[in-house]
Amino acid sequence: MSAFVGKYAEELIKTANYIATPGKGILAADESTGTIGKRLASINVENIESNRQALRELLFTSPGALACLSGVILFEETLYQKTSDGKPFVEVLQENNVVPGIKVDKGVVELAGTNGETTTQGLDSLGARCAQYYRAGARFAKWRAVLKIGPTEPSELSVQQNAQGLARYAIICQENGLVPIVEPEILTDGNHDIKKCAAVTEIVLAAVYKALSDHHVLLEGTLLKPNMVTPGSDSPKVAPEVIAEYTVTALRRTVPAAVPGIVFLSGGQSEEEATLNLNGMNKLEVLKPWTLSFSFGRALQQSTLKIWAGKKENVEKAQDAFLARCKANSDATLGKYAGGSAGGLASESLYVKEYKY
Amino acid sequence: MAASASLLKSSPVLDKSELLKGQALRQPSAVSVVRCQPVSSSSLTVRASSYADELVKTAKTVASPGRGILAMDESNATCGKRLASIGLENTEANRQAYRTLLVTAPGLGQYISGAILFEETLYQSTVDGKKIVDILVEQNIVPGIKVDKGLVPLAGSNNESWCQGLDGLASRSAAYYQQGARFAKWRTVVSIPNGPSALAVKEAAWGLARYAAISQDNGLVPIVEPEILLDGEHGIERTFEVSLKVWAEVFFYLAENNVLFEGILLKPSMVTPGAECKDKATPEQVADYTLRLLKRRIPPAVPGIMFLSGGQSEVEATLNLNAMNQAPNPWHVSFSYARALQNTCLKTWGGRPENVKAAQETLLIRAQANSLAQLGKYTGEGESEEAKKGMFVKGYVY
Repeated sequence: MSAFVGKYAEELIKTANYIATPGKGILAADESTGTIGKRLASINVENIESNRQALRELLFTSPGALACLSGVILFEETLYQKTSDGKPFVEVLQENNVVPGIKVDKGVVELAGTNGETTTQGLDSLGARCAQYYRAGARFAKWRAVLKIGPTEPSELSVQQNAQGLARYAIICQENGLVPIVEPEILTDGNHDIKKCAAVTEIVLAAVYKALSDHHVLLEGTLLKPNMVTPGSDSPKVAPEVIAEYTVTALRRTVPAAVPGIVFLSGGQSEEEATLNLNGMNKLEVLKPWTLSFSFGRALQQSTLKIWAGKKENVEKAQDAFLARCKANSDATLGKYAGGSAGGLASESLYVKEYKY
Repeated sequence: MAASASLLKSSPVLDKSELLKGQALRQPSAVSVVRCQPVSSSSLTVRASSYADELVKTAKTVASPGRGILAMDESNATCGKRLASIGLENTEANRQAYRTLLVTAPGLGQYISGAILFEETLYQSTVDGKKIVDILVEQNIVPGIKVDKGLVPLAGSNNESWCQGLDGLASRSAAYYQQGARFAKWRTVVSIPNGPSALAVKEAAWGLARYAAISQDNGLVPIVEPEILLDGEHGIERTFEVSLKVWAEVFFYLAENNVLFEGILLKPSMVTPGAECKDKATPEQVADYTLRLLKRRIPPAVPGIMFLSGGQSEVEATLNLNAMNQAPNPWHVSFSYARALQNTCLKTWGGRPENVKAAQETLLIRAQANSLAQLGKYTGEGESEEAKKGMFVKGYVY
């Protein structure tokens, strides 16, 4: 029942610790082709490979931004892409001390007999794929499980199934040299209050860590990517301090100290909200044995995307916006964010009901 | 083994300043401790304990720096064995005399934050008519109570045991609270030579979880004690393996039973080789393995981890505790010792009134040594030979 200590154990621990460096966080740039298509459509840009490449190049070559990041999650296509000068993205990241990561799940499918609950696919041949990604330079992976809150949700089935999926994915990653980011996202959809979200989060995380233990996952070589604990999307908002307190309490009750870092997802929060909440958590004067940081997709890219609008002449301004968000979140991981980076766009909610990732 | 050793070197070291900041703990008392368990019907079952704030406060008090627990909850039968070892009859008067000796040791509260009592003692007074419970409170020691009803054979297992005591536990706990107890203890065991079987582990964990929930409901901080017995020839890796499994089950069931983690204490066994294993482990190795176990299994919300001594010698138990406190930990790491605090004291007393003072001094010496160990400052100077004697008894029945 001891944790699996394979040939990559030391490297996994080292990588996980590095990613959890205070002052740094993760850019989630792993939107699938379909999803990135939606992003590009929102700025009237065609969903072709060169545009996807251009967007990612914009992000990865933003001056100063990479210094705020310890990792970037990539989609498979991007792992093999290059800059317009012909330099592999992976190299750009590595040269700037940013660890390349790779999304390895194959999306969600519905669990028959439930009320729209899902499980995540992607275990078939996962070992071989991870080994291949390792050769290509990836050193961590990500797999997103999704749960929802409702009158009878999450069901026991959904909790167990998603926890088991995460645990299998995690151990397969570790066998093949990738630090698994464990992501059990509980969607904000609904009119429940923050207490309900807290209770569900605690139940889900308890099940996740039980499954990880049963599957011999080496906790020191993992990261957690949970949702923050917030009221439902249809409920009145609460202050960042409240979100911080509920979130950290839930994590203190469920996440063992062996886990080096917790990198929050932003869900549908606006860029500014996500930063303020993260900051609130890091200001809390209570013992947190893991780093609390970010793994943001929309909450890092939204303004940048809008400012770019697909036009070369906007690249510099877009990169400035990206840097501003990276810096803000970097400060937030240290509890030092002073506000003020909330331009109009940064305060725009990014919530989409029943968001299909 | 080499892989494990280097694993330890690269494990995360908690930054001391971060931890010290966290020690000025702001309890999330504004946060309701409500946890909801979604059920298949449309209504939600909401569980909230009216004692939540008090439980958190008590747990923190017991888990205070430089202090630990004196376990003096030997059942009458077990106490009889102790008395017999110094040639005394197992009468209530002798048990009363012995427990009085312990609780009246002057200044004991400097090193001892809690004392676990047997039921008889909770309701006992000294010969002068003073309640033992009151003496403890005056000494700044929180009274606790053993609530389990002992181990019995587990049907369908591999000759293993399970712990009884859930029947009527709620009303007993309420009565103990009335009498002045503020924490409880329930000891179940897991045997490595006998497996342990999945059944035995599950039962141990589930029983603890039920006991913990009921205790909290009635105002008592539950000490959660799944003792992994020292008996056996197994090495430290095997103990580690079994401990990881047991603690995963325990915490999972505690969570399922909606137990408030900020209001519990743990009483684990340290991770050591079996008593009959050829290879011995140094205190540093014991600390290493034990801390790794804790970091992998114990949520930071738990305020205190009070180790049992389980047959180690008085000095061993102190050395091992000291080794675990050489760097800051996310939880208070301390002791809940019975034999490892009382052994020399008992022998020094020998049942004679004229020896009471000397016996109390030896108790204070051990208490202080363990207090220093809790602070990571124990040096081991001046320890007696008696204190170094192992107290392992094969097949020990508590």
